[in-house]
Parts: sequence; structure tokens; C-alpha cells
Amino acid sequence: MPDSTVIAHGDAEAASIANSADTEHPSYLHHHFNSTEQQADASNFAMWLFLLTEVMFFGGLFTAYLIYRNWYYAAFVAGSHQLNAVWGTTNTLVLILSSFTMAMGVWCAETGRRRGLVLSLTLTLILGLSFLGIKTIEYSEKIEKHHVPGIHYSLDSFLDPAHDEAAKAAGDKPLPLDMARHTEVYFSLYFAMTGMHALHMIIGVGILGFMIYRARAGAYTAGHVTFVENFGLYWHFVDIVWIYLFALLYLISRH
Amino acid sequence: MSTNTIVSLPDQSTARIPKNNFITRENGLLSWLLTGDHKRIAILYLISLSFFFFIGGALAGLIRLELLTPQTDLMATDTYNKVFTMHGIIMIFFFLVPSVPATLGNFFIPMMIGARDLALPKINLLSWYLYMAGGILALYTMMTGGVDTGWTFTTPLSTHYVNTNVLTTGLAVFIAGFSSILTGLNFIVTIHKMRAPGMTWFRLPLFVWAHYAASILMVLATPVVAIAIVLVALERTIGIGVFDPAKGGDPLLFQHLFWFYSHPAVYIMILPGMGVISEVISTFSRKRVFGYTAVAFSSVAIAVFGFFVWAHHMFIMGISNYTVLVFSLLTMLVAVPSAIKIFNWTFTLYKGSITFETPMLYAFGFLGLFTIGGMTGVFLGSSGTDIHLTETYFIVAHFHFVMVGGMLMAFLAGIHFWWPKITGRMYPEKISQLAAVVTFIGFNLTFFPQFILGTLGMPRRYASYPPEFQILNVFSTAGATILGVGYLLPVLYLVWSLKYGAVAGNNPWQATGLEWQTQSPPLTENFAVMPIMDHEAYDYEWLEKQQERQKELEVTSAR
Repeated sequence: MPDSTVIAHGDAEAASIANSADTEHPSYLHHHFNSTEQQADASNFAMWLFLLTEVMFFGGLFTAYLIYRNWYYAAFVAGSHQLNAVWGTTNTLVLILSSFTMAMGVWCAETGRRRGLVLSLTLTLILGLSFLGIKTIEYSEKIEKHHVPGIHYSLDSFLDPAHDEAAKAAGDKPLPLDMARHTEVYFSLYFAMTGMHALHMIIGVGILGFMIYRARAGAYTAGHVTFVENFGLYWHFVDIVWIYLFALLYLISRH
Repeated sequence: MSTNTIVSLPDQSTARIPKNNFITRENGLLSWLLTGDHKRIAILYLISLSFFFFIGGALAGLIRLELLTPQTDLMATDTYNKVFTMHGIIMIFFFLVPSVPATLGNFFIPMMIGARDLALPKINLLSWYLYMAGGILALYTMMTGGVDTGWTFTTPLSTHYVNTNVLTTGLAVFIAGFSSILTGLNFIVTIHKMRAPGMTWFRLPLFVWAHYAASILMVLATPVVAIAIVLVALERTIGIGVFDPAKGGDPLLFQHLFWFYSHPAVYIMILPGMGVISEVISTFSRKRVFGYTAVAFSSVAIAVFGFFVWAHHMFIMGISNYTVLVFSLLTMLVAVPSAIKIFNWTFTLYKGSITFETPMLYAFGFLGLFTIGGMTGVFLGSSGTDIHLTETYFIVAHFHFVMVGGMLMAFLAGIHFWWPKITGRMYPEKISQLAAVVTFIGFNLTFFPQFILGTLGMPRRYASYPPEFQILNVFSTAGATILGVGYLLPVLYLVWSLKYGAVAGNNPWQATGLEWQTQSPPLTENFAVMPIMDHEAYDYEWLEKQQERQKELEVTSAR
């Protein structure tokens, strides 16, 4: 063990070991970090922790889903038949594609390609907006058919599936009144889960806009790519949540 | 109280507060409101926390005044419901949860591990703004009608049956929750990534270990209550049916989600306090904490077990007998790491050179009161006794023994212990010892009768009670008055000491932590030279050698 016991007023040698990174000082290195590696390490780690809190946040919803799906399986199947699987699949593809463009963006930032970064981020933004647009179409279908929980909720599609196109196409049989009423729980979860997901998408789109503005000025292609990397993690996370939502909400009876 | 003391202050005729420190570095309100310095943010937190504490305390005073007589005379029952609800919400979400972590943790974690700041200073400031936003919203709600669901927001009461401000209060708690998540996240990243050279995990002060464990809970548990509140809000506004039995939803699910956070939350509240106690007991008995590793891991064990006991809040709510059995067993398990801590602290005292400065008095208060609080928790964890005792004043007494007797004592111990480091000045010793004793007496007089009231069957959350309970309630109210004096005293003399206190010097307690090896108040960068850790935590021999070397240096330079 080295005999450098002085803490507050140490000798110059000890100081130079502790502050060895002081020789280079990029402008983006904050004063309290010793090196850019430490800074990037810390913010990446923080982002992973933040995503962990997000897992717990959605975890509460998934728990509720799991319980009610087990209790009211028939209602959940009938409810899922009312969702538009074509739009759902399209949206899944849109998001996977946007994850690809986002990954390209991170690569462009790391390799210092400013125009490539702006292009990738813009494509990601457009794909994100497309997702939200399709989601709006789906929501308005639900509003028209009175499938939004609350006072206007209608049980017609489940009590009388013969007069409902989507239910007829899926070959649904009429549900007993008791079970039909539980479809409202399914749609409660549908709106809570996709709504929370959409909220994350909206926040992501907002940050993307900010990032494109900054990327055009070359902010992320001069060595400091942590922000782009971390946002990429966030975007992929939101994407993964959707893939689970798609399988759990749209594909209940489609094996 | 005791003639011998470890306090060693510099010569008061020559000693000065260092001119360059984190307080004098910049001036003006904006330099505080836009600061990234963890020490300044800690002080912002300390001021705002104290503000909320006294509001919560005033509400508690109203509750005790109402309960002075068996009849409902001071306020209407509806008002009483609102008062105890706001007392709970303010004290839990705006005082206890952030109390030690946001003030002492914020200030000292970077200093203890030898860092210049927390890893994410802006996030740290953001967490204070979120805390203030939540707090102001909660106060606004209180002014404009309040909320009367109890701090637990239990469904379907909160979703269907009350017309009070559940939404805004829920939003306030939601926002404050994010503040807590960000604080915890910041601590974990800092402890992982910012330690000084030589500062290995097992050289960390136990204060840091305790905060690490509490941070894990903040990060993992808080999001769950956030989603539970979102679902309640959606149920109240658009009428989704996740908790609505009329639609097939289950109100119990809300309680599961709520207590999945709110049980770990009590460990979020108590663990940092335990960290303070470890530091104080070691310093004032001049011994390394007995069983350092066991105490460190018991913090982590409390955090882990803490996640698997939540349903003990629901024994009478209609969960199955098997669930009760399992959760009862798990609840007993969590008592083990807590007991490990108590025993290790006691063994630290054994053959130590104990002195009785104020922080140590508070720490002794903690040991006794927390033990009683913890043991009565075991009564409540056994399903048989719980069925009799739950929803009575026994619960109220248990909770306040742990939180007020435990956590608040630890908070005050910590504030006194680190006051010289934060401000550079000593608090007045005699009057603060008096305050510690007054607090202890007042506390016991307030809450011990409530154990008896609970076993006699007085239910909680009622504004009136049968006349035969009056004598014990009078004791309790009288004790609350004394307790109030005990809490006001520190505010007065601590403010006084800012100007008139003795200059403390670097290390008035002869403590070993890195935070004591630098000037008081510290520099904005914390250390003039970045420290290198080359000894174990609580190594008092190292400190003595260090001081001898310092003296030799002074002697040689004087020649």
C-alpha cells in the first residue's frame, strides 16, 4: 500500500494520480468527472437504471393484465377480436423500422457522420409520428363503436356478435351478460397500456425534434455521443414495450 | 451531562470560517435556485423539508387537540378526516421519504466517497424542483378543500365515493415520487461510478451502504405506486374499470400495487436513518462499527426482504389464508436484519469510550424507540394478533415509534452531527442536549399511551371515542405539546448558531470519514486535492497517526 496518507493537503504526486485526466479537457466534460470515460459510463448506467424504473412502471400494468386475463379469458378474447390486427401489425413493423433508423443514428453519431445522423433521426421522427397517426385511427374506431370504458361503453358487440363485423369475422359466439361486462376491463387495460405507451412515444418524438435541431448544428458528432446513445436506449425500450403490448392485446386467440 | 468529551475545537480567538467555501462562492438567490452543487441543493431541501415538517406537525397538533375530549368538538368529522389525511400525506411523501437522503445523503455521499459532486447534478436540481412542485400542489389542495381518503387512497373509496381533491393530491404524490426516483437513481450511479481511488465497496461508510439500499427501493418501488395512481386518476376521470368491482375489476389489486411501494417506502424512510446511527455510534464510542460487513449486508437484506412483505397490510382485507401465512412468515424474516443492526450497534458500544454529545443522545433515543417500534411490528406481522390490533391505535403507535422515534431521532442526530461541517459552526451543546431529552420524554408520553389505547380497542381515524379512553388521550395530547417544544428548540438554536456558534474547525468530533478531513464548510469542489483512500472505514488509529503527522509538520515548519 502506498504511503500517501495525506487527504486534504496531499503531495503533488498523489494529486496527479487522482487528477490524471486533467491533462485533456474537452468542453463537454463536466467539472465533477475525472475523465470522459467516467462521464459516459455514469450517464449510460443512469439510463439503464431509468429504464429499470420504466420496467417497474409498466410492470404494474402487466400484472393487472395477467390477473384479469386469467379471470376473464373469454372477455379478453372477444375484446381482442375488436382490435384491428392489420393496423397493429403495421404499427409493429413501423416501430421495428424506427428502431433500425435509430440504431443507424447512433452509429452515425459515433462515427462522426453529421448528415447521416440528421437523416436517421428525421426518419425515426417520421416513423414515430406514423405510429401515433395509426394509433389515432385505431382509437377513433374504438370511440365510434363505443368501446371506450366509461358511461358510453356499449356491450352490443359482445352480446350480439352476429351484427358486428369484427366479431362475425372472428366467429365469436354471444357472451353471457356477466362475461360481456368484463370486456370493459379488457378495454380499460387496452387504453391504459397503449395510452401510457403512446405518452412515451410523444415524449420521445419531442426529444427527437430537439435532437434533430441540435444535430444539425453538429452537437453530437464531435465526440460526445452519450445523449444520442441514451436516447437510443429509450427508443428501443419503448419499441420493446410495444412488441409485448401487440402480442398481449391483439393476438390473444391467434396462435 | 458528561464531563469528558471528544469535542476538539480550534482556538476560538484565532479561528475563522474559511473565506472560500461553497456558501460564499456565489451570492444571490439565482445562484441557489440554479445551482448544480449537491451541498447547496441539500440546503434547499433542508429548508423546504423543515417547512413541510412544521405544516405536518401543526396538523398533528390539530388531531391531538380534537382527541383531547371524547366528543367531536374542535372540528367536524369531515374536517378531521381531511386533517389526518393531509398530516399523513405531507409527513410521508414530503418529509419522511426525502428527509435524510435528500439533505444529509445529498450533502455527504459525494464527500464520503471522495467525489466532487453527485454524478448527475442537473438531475439532482430537477428532483428538488419536482419535490417543490409536488409539495406546493399538495398545499394548494389542502387550502382548496383537501382530501379525505387517508394517505392510502384506498379504492373504491378514492375512485367512487369521495368528492374531494383525489386527483390533484394524487398528482402531487406522483410528482414527488419522480423526485424520489431521481434522487435514488443519482445515488446509485454516484456510488458505483464516482468513488475515489482506493475507496472499495467495503471501505465505504455504512451511511453510504444504507443509502445504496434505500436507493434500490426508491428506484424499483416508486414507479409501481406511480402507475397505481395513474390508474386511480383514469378511473376517476374517464371511468376505466381496473379497480371497479361493478365492471369486474378488483379493488384489492389497488392495495397490492399501493403497498408494493408503500411497504418498501418505510424502508426508504428508515434505512438512511440507520446509516446516520452507524456513523454517530461509531464516532461517539471511538470504535469501528462491530461487524461492519454484517451491518452493510443487513441494509441490502432489508431492501430485498422489504419487497416481499407488502401483503401484511392486507391481512383483514380478504386475501386468502395461505397468502396471510406466507406473508406473515416473510414479515418475521425482515425483523432479522433489523435486529442484526441493533445488536451490532450495541456491541459497538461495548467497551467503547462513550461520550454523550447531542447526536449520541438522539442515537440512544433511536436505539430504544426503534427497538420497541420494531418489536411491536412483529405483533402486527403475526396474523392472529394483527386481526385484533390492526386499524386500532396500536398501529398508529407502532408506526410512529418506528418513524418518529426512529427516523426523526436519526434525522435530528444527523443534523446535529454534521451541523458543524455544513455551517462551519457548532450548535450550543447544553440546550441541544436538553432538547434531545425533551424530545425523548415528549415522544414517549405521546405515543406509549396509544399502544394501550390500541390494545383496548380504540380504532384509528375517528374524531370521537368512548369516554373511558379519555385519560390516556389526555396523556397523549400533553406529550404532543412537549414533543412540539422539543422540535421547535432546535430550529431556534440552530438558526442562532449560524451567527454566534463557536467556530468548529475541520473535525470537531475527531471522526474518520473523508468528509471530516476537509475544511468546514467545504469548498464547492469538496476537496482541495482529490483524496485517496488508503485505510478502512472507522479507523481511529489511522486518524491519530494522521494528526500526529500534522503536528510534526506544524512544529517543523514553525522552526
